[in-house]
Formats: sequence, structure tokens, C-alpha cells
Amino acid sequence: MSIIQPGFSQNPAESSANLRPALGLALVMLAICGGIYSATVTGISGALFPQQANGSLISHNGKLVGSALVAQPFSAEHYFHGRPSSADNDPMSTGGSNLAPSNPELRQRVAQTSAELTARYQVAATELPVDLLASSGSGVDPHISPAAAMLQLQRVAAARGISPAQLEQLVQQHTELAQWGLFGQPRVNVLLLNLTLDAQHPLP
Amino acid sequence: MEVILIFTLALLLAWPLGHYMTGVFSAGPHWSDRVFMPLENGIFKLLGVKATQGMNWKSYGIAFLLSNLVLGIIAYLTLLFQHVLPLNPNGIEGLSWDLALHTAVSFLTNTNQQHYSGQAQLSYLSQGFLIVTLQFVTPAMALAICVAVLRGILGGRNADDAAEGEERDLGNYYQDTVRAVLRLMLPLAAVVAVALSSQGVPASYSASPTVPVLEQGQSLSEQTIPLGPVSAMVAIKQLGTNGGGWFGPNSSNPQENPTPVSNAIQTIALVLVPMAVVFMAGGMVRRRGFTLLSLSVMGFLSLLFIALAVYSEQQPNAAFSGLAQQVGNMEGKEVRFGTDVSALWATFTTQTSNGSVNAMHDSLNPLAGLVTRSGMLINGIWGGIGCGFVNFLVYVWLAVFIAGLMIGRTPEFFGRKLEKREISWLGVLLVLPSAVILTFTAITVAFPSLTGNSNPGLHGIAQVFYEYTSAFANNGSGFEGLNDDSVWWNLTCVVVLILGRYLPLVIPLLIAGSLAKKRRVPTTAGTLPLFNPTFAVTLVTVILVVNFLSFLPSMVLGPIGEALELSQHTAVVAGQ
Repeated sequence: MSIIQPGFSQNPAESSANLRPALGLALVMLAICGGIYSATVTGISGALFPQQANGSLISHNGKLVGSALVAQPFSAEHYFHGRPSSADNDPMSTGGSNLAPSNPELRQRVAQTSAELTARYQVAATELPVDLLASSGSGVDPHISPAAAMLQLQRVAAARGISPAQLEQLVQQHTELAQWGLFGQPRVNVLLLNLTLDAQHPLP
Repeated sequence: MEVILIFTLALLLAWPLGHYMTGVFSAGPHWSDRVFMPLENGIFKLLGVKATQGMNWKSYGIAFLLSNLVLGIIAYLTLLFQHVLPLNPNGIEGLSWDLALHTAVSFLTNTNQQHYSGQAQLSYLSQGFLIVTLQFVTPAMALAICVAVLRGILGGRNADDAAEGEERDLGNYYQDTVRAVLRLMLPLAAVVAVALSSQGVPASYSASPTVPVLEQGQSLSEQTIPLGPVSAMVAIKQLGTNGGGWFGPNSSNPQENPTPVSNAIQTIALVLVPMAVVFMAGGMVRRRGFTLLSLSVMGFLSLLFIALAVYSEQQPNAAFSGLAQQVGNMEGKEVRFGTDVSALWATFTTQTSNGSVNAMHDSLNPLAGLVTRSGMLINGIWGGIGCGFVNFLVYVWLAVFIAGLMIGRTPEFFGRKLEKREISWLGVLLVLPSAVILTFTAITVAFPSLTGNSNPGLHGIAQVFYEYTSAFANNGSGFEGLNDDSVWWNLTCVVVLILGRYLPLVIPLLIAGSLAKKRRVPTTAGTLPLFNPTFAVTLVTVILVVNFLSFLPSMVLGPIGEALELSQHTAVVAGQ
């Protein structure tokens, strides 16, 4: 091959057509990036942030009850429920609906959810908080909007036998505002709220 | 508000980083030598290369292609035979030959388009070793090409003593690539990974615990909470304009992107290096004006697209009309992020050829769908690391040529004339995207049995167009509804991926090599000034006109048609 030009690179052993540097580069990089980097970073993270690096698991009375980052399905009257899930709340096979706004299947699904919610809460459809009808991107979104929690307040309070005002206070305590005052939307973690309810106001 | 804050933070961080990169890739000594030189020298000894030895554009390009070929073969064999290779405790099967080929090429081309389903089909060796390595090395390789092209603009490193027509030294490919990994990508990724773990991204080799759910009697009685060295991969996936996530739904998954702060970190990481390259470029060619020009053109287009996408997602989803509160489109989005930062991410990820998502692009409103596609087609607003700026440079050359014709002068760039040879190659680059994307889209749509589509009608066409656009732009985001693990999809995407990666990198290298050899013409009053608002406006116009001319018909058939269909539908619903 005549790739060696006069002026420099005269030594064929060091020309670019040599396989050794190409192969060497691949192997060295596999060791550094795949091996050393991953192991070091994972080790440091685990040592500095053991709770966060291990799935943000929650224990209750010494038993694991879930992850603060993963939504669980709820339907009982005495629990708040989360958003519709296209993944059946399974963290091993997460995903969204992938339905386009123009897809009749989406319209049908939303219409059904809308009918259920209007019947359950006796409000006009146009009052329903949209996050309770839209499925999340992951299918395990652990949060709902404060409005979605307020919608469920009366029902849960009645089922628990506590006053709505008392429950509203609890919901407000569980409402996370913008992180560092800068980032994110106000939200309520459904699983954490329900766990607190079980602890503070056990079913009669 | 949050959108502007994140954008500004990214720019403020990119500035010093670009300055640092200029130092790393310049010929002289740099303070980082003291930290990295011993390790680098060891590596060069292993590789058998003399790092100080320069290469001309041909040697540089061949070294680039050859190292890609070797890496690609290793990747292909690893994926094909992962069932007999170590680190496969879950007994995962090898990939089929076509899926292994697609996956290897997809990660080799810095695209990370995934036709396999999540991590269920990859062993720890494939995921943790192979893919993470490709996510580091491939952006470094493209950055090396970009650096070489920039050196060519000033006539190469031997510009001062080489005669006209003599071969020019564009640097040493192996030195540039190794430095890009060691001095740039690795330190950044380590910092980002630890920061992400502090927010809750798993970093653990422990087995995944299985937990019973609180309310029993549901369709699901227990959950397995997946763990793994997730943060290490997510960091480089964002920083390296890679995009392939640990979990299927990528950074919308609360374990991959747990908090608004982790989202801000990941969004900044997504554009950080592509923005820094813009600052580096001005430093490398020793012209501040070049950075200012690039920054204002890219910044203007980027902000314009962000504004459109944010507005789009603040509008209600048409399918929810009359069924819920008429607020922003939350289908496929997470409550902790809301619509604004999801739209910001969608715009950045398609402008930079990253392709990771924090909301499902399939469920975006049509205007945002148009924005994401436009970002990928232009592929030079920030762009993928290295390749994005090279694409931008191609637009600059085109604009120089067109402006030169308009004022009736020989087009010059940095004192070197763009002549027939360079213009012919620019022509190839100009028609290449439409030729490749539209041909494959047409064939696939003409034979619907090949498509495997989850959405009917115009959105179906939009999906096919998106998949090939995403492959050609080496982006990797997808409308997930496609049934894309088939021999047809795997093989056609491989062809599109390779054409979309290597030609747009090697042809500009050729042009730069050929420009570098030319005699410098002195700047006169008749020279077209590049660094002023007039040329910036010309450049924006060229970028928009070229892409509109190429893709307007297919846009009308896809997202624009869909938007019209929806507004009609909404009117009908409202009239009831």
C-alpha cells in the first residue's frame, strides 16, 4: 500500500496499516474502561452512599418492603394509588405505553380511566389531574402530583377513620418541593405516604 | 426557568473544559502531562506506536478505520459467543448473528440504537465490559478526527516549514484517542457516576433483592429491585453522546434517573463535551471569532428548538381532550420532571446524537416530534462528540462556497481556497443523508410486511423515518413501537449506521487534508469575512434551507400530517 508519504512516517513498522496498535488499543481500553473504571467507581459510590447505591431499599419492622424509587400497585380504599402503569409496576420490565397522541388505542385507554376516576371521585372529567390518567415513561414512577393526592384525600380519610384535615397535613408533610429550591416539580411519593399511614393510623 | 438554568450551567462548565481540551490537544506541554504522561507512555509502548510521530490525513484516516474494524470484530464475537464466555451468571444465550451484528455496529458507531430487549439479552461481560468500553472509546475516536480536521485548517502541525503541496502532519491518531479517553472522558465520567449514585442510581454487584409488595392481592405480588454497576454506565452513556441506557426506558426509569438533581446532572452531562468542543475549536485554530461564530449559530438554533419543544409539551395531549384537565402532555413522562425539562432533554438528546431519553418520544406532541427529528437531521447543533463539530464545519464550508458565489469570488476558508475537489466531496456529503434515509424509508414503507409497526397511519410512516434518521445520525433514540429485531431491520440499519458514521467523518478529514496542503492566500479587502453577523445569518440560512429542501416531503407525510390530523380530531371532539 502506498499510504506512506514522503516527509514522515517512513518506517513501515510504525505505519498506520499495522494491526498491532489497533488491536492493542482495543485490549487496553477494554481493561481500563470496562474493568478498572467500572469497578473503582462502583466501589467508591457504594462506600460513600451505601443506601442510595443499593437500590434505596426501605425496611419496615426489620423487613424489606420495597424501594423508594419504584412504584407499587395499590387499589384498596385505605391506600393512595399511583399512576397507570404500562409495565404492571414490574421494575424488571419497565417501559411506557409508546402510544402516539394520534393513536386511537391511547384515546380509548384514557377514556376508560377517565370514566373510572369520575365515577370513583364524583368530579367532572376536566377536573382530573392529568398524571392519574397518563402512564409514565418508566411504568414505575413512584410519585403523583399533589393535586392527585388531594383528589384521593376524602376517600382514604374515610377508610382510615381519620379527619381529612389530619390526613391533609400528612400529605403536605410528604409533598416534596423543588430539590435545592431549583429543580423539579412538586410531588408525593405514594409508597412512602402509604407506609406512614400504616404506621401512624393502622386500620381499625 | 429550570430550562434556562440548566442551559446556562452547561455553557458555564463547557467554557473552562474547552480551554482544558485545547491545552490537551495542542502540541506544547500541558500541566496535565504530569498526571497522565507516565501511563500514556506505558500504553504507547504496549501498542508499539511512537506518539510524537505525525500522520497525514490518509494515515490518520486509515488508523481510524482500522482500529474501528478491529474493535468491531471483537464486539461482534463477544456478543455472538457470550453464552460460552465468562461473566454470564444468568446463563444468557448468545445473540443471533444479525442482532449481534447490529448491536456491535450500533455501539461501535457511537449510536447505541438497541434492537435487543433491555439488559435481559446481554451478559455482564457484554454489558459491563464491552459496551462500557465502546461508550468511552468511540466518542474519543470521533474527537480525534475532529482535532485532526481542526489542525488541517491551519495547515497542519508542520505548516511553518512544509512547502506548498507537501504532506501535512495532522497529529497522531493513537495519541489523540488515548488522551481523549484518559484525560477527558474517564475523569468526567468518574465524577458524574459518583454524583449520580448520591442521588440513588444503583452501584452494586450484589444480587437483586426480591420484595413482596405492600398491598397483596394485586396483579403483582412481589418486585425484584434490579441492581448492578448502573451509575458507572449511565455516566458515560450521557457524557459520551452514547445514549444506550441500563434499563429499557433509559433515564425516565427512576432507578436510572431518580431525582430532579440527577436529571439536571445528566442533562448537563449530555451537552457538556459537545459544547466544550466549540470552545476548543476556537482555541485550536487560534481564532476566538470562530468560537463566537459557532456558539452564536448553534446557540440560536438550539434555543429556538428548545422553545418550540417546551411550548409543544405544555399543550395538552390530543387524546386527553375532554377526559382530564387540559394541562401539559404527561403521557410517557415522569411526575418528578414535568413537561419542561423533559422537552429540554428531548431537544438536546437529538441535537447531540446522544439518544438517551427521560420521556417517551413516541408519545410527544407532534411539534416536539418535529423538533427531535430536525435536530437529528441537522446533526450539527452541538452534535455528537467530534462528529457534530465536523458536521458543523461542513455547513460552514458550504456557506463559504455559497457566499463566495454570491459575491463573485473564489471561496476561501482560513486563507485556503475551496476548489473543485473539495466542493465535489461536499456535494457527496450534502446528498448522502437524504439518499440513504429516504431510500430505506421508501423501501420499508412500500413493503409493510417488513415494518412491524405499533401505530397506524401517518405515525407509522413517521416511525420508520425516525428509525433510519436515528441510525444515520448515529443518535440511537427510537420510537419504541417498532418490531425492530428482525433480519431486515438489523441489516438495513447496519448499512445506514456505517454510512452515517464513517463517510461524514472521513470525507471532511480528506477535505481538511487537501486544504492544508494549499498555498495560503493573503487576506485582502476582498476576502469574505467569516466572523461577523452577516455570515452567521448566512450560515443559519444554509443549515435550515439544506435540510428543509431535503426532508420537507417526508416531514409532511410524518409529523406535520399527523398534527393536522390531530387538530381536525380535536375540533370534532370539541364540537360534540
